[in-house]
Amino acid sequence: MTPLIRAEGLCVTLDGRDVLRDVSMEVARGEVVTIVGPNGSGKSTLLRALLGALPAKAGRVTRAPDLRIGYVPQKVHIDSALPMTVARFLDLPRINHSIPRDEVLEQAGATGLEGKQMAELSGGQFQRVLMARALRTRPDLLVLDEPTQGLDQPGSAAFYRRIDALRQSLGTGVLMVSHELHVVMAASDRVICLNGHVCCAGAPAQVASAPEYRALFGTGTQGALALYRHEHDHSHHHHGQDHDHPHEHV
Amino acid sequence: MSMFDDFFVRATLAGIGVALAAAPLGCFVVWRRMAYFGDATAYASLLGVALALATDVPVFIGAIIAAIAMAATVALLSERRVPGDTLLGVLAHGALALGLMAASLVPGVRVDLSSYLFGDILAVGLTDLLVIWSGAALTLALLTWRWSRLLTVTLSPDLAQADGLSPPRESLGMILALACLVAVAIKVVGVLLIVALLLIPAAAARPFSRTPEHMAVLAAVIAVASAVVGLRLSLVLDTPPGPSIVCVSGAAFLIGRMIRRA
Repeated sequence: MTPLIRAEGLCVTLDGRDVLRDVSMEVARGEVVTIVGPNGSGKSTLLRALLGALPAKAGRVTRAPDLRIGYVPQKVHIDSALPMTVARFLDLPRINHSIPRDEVLEQAGATGLEGKQMAELSGGQFQRVLMARALRTRPDLLVLDEPTQGLDQPGSAAFYRRIDALRQSLGTGVLMVSHELHVVMAASDRVICLNGHVCCAGAPAQVASAPEYRALFGTGTQGALALYRHEHDHSHHHHGQDHDHPHEHV
Repeated sequence: MSMFDDFFVRATLAGIGVALAAAPLGCFVVWRRMAYFGDATAYASLLGVALALATDVPVFIGAIIAAIAMAATVALLSERRVPGDTLLGVLAHGALALGLMAASLVPGVRVDLSSYLFGDILAVGLTDLLVIWSGAALTLALLTWRWSRLLTVTLSPDLAQADGLSPPRESLGMILALACLVAVAIKVVGVLLIVALLLIPAAAARPFSRTPEHMAVLAAVIAVASAVVGLRLSLVLDTPPGPSIVCVSGAAFLIGRMIRRA
């Protein structure tokens, strides 16, 4: 089966810095693929390059014909000068949407927010509304950049259940970036461990035991320790211009 | 004798035409924080006017070409990141200074410089009126056509990209609309106050608006009212019409803020 989206040998340069080098990956219909990696490892850059928002220096991105993408970016800043109700936001930019507003709001757990101003929403509500908008066009592929930020734990759990339901019922492919390693391992079909290049990729269990992954996220169990290491590891990885290969960390 | 024979009627119609197009465009200028960008474009058009008069090209054409050239320059420079105030300030005021110099070298403009700086709405002829309304209609048509796409790009270029839109293409549409409006607004308020005409009605409409469309329509109402009242005021007080129009919209802005706060 042809994948929904595929990157081959993708290289992306931002401000003269090689952020992505020789990245190859793909997402198939009905598959949940999660990208993990330290801060500054190029996760968001990879998503944006796949969307076409960043030019590829080398390599290429191919999409299935007429691919409909629902994208939930990490942040959307809505200028206070721009009045925008949730309802209006959900209608942008297309007029002929396939799924009615109230339905996507329900799917995203954001019922009853139509009349609210976007600027008045809490972090969690905002995130749900972004998700609702992404679902509007009945997307073939959902691209989610840290979709559970601003959600509490029950909210986050509910979110992953909804993702799973979508995949089951509509065959939607999901590509997401996540920091919640423990959840990722449970919710994904495949995990891509990124650090400027693909360190390792495969089924969650396989990746969790890979030396490259352990080098990045800790050698302990795949749960708490990895998470801990990861969360406290930021400044270290920020500095590396051309990041250290994980092997050298151990 | 038709109503168009009265200079004041022509002036009022010219003011209304420009106001109608300036208001919704001004909303985008506010949302995208492009006030300086607008200044740079407007000031560059003065240079265009001077060059047009020196080479016997219609003033409107000279103005629109210079405006597009400046807008494109800024857009290219800012492709990677939002250009700082400094860069835009240098471009805007550099263009103004260059325009003033060029104007002083062309005899036809020197005589008439203040009419390009502050507008000359009371001297609008029938042909001018036609040009103004065509330019305003073109600006409005462009904006209406691309409205939803422009809004999406304004919200988030990445979201727009994921929706299959091209942010650079939409920005180009915006630049063309701005250049077109600048070219026709010179006669009405002059290059120095064009951005005021864009900015103030939109800012005045903001506290009373719940959606972007709301704000655009309300801004248009405020802009048209300002044009009509401002012109009348300039007649009564014998003040220059362009600044009078801008002052009335400024008053509308203040009153609006006071009502909202009360």
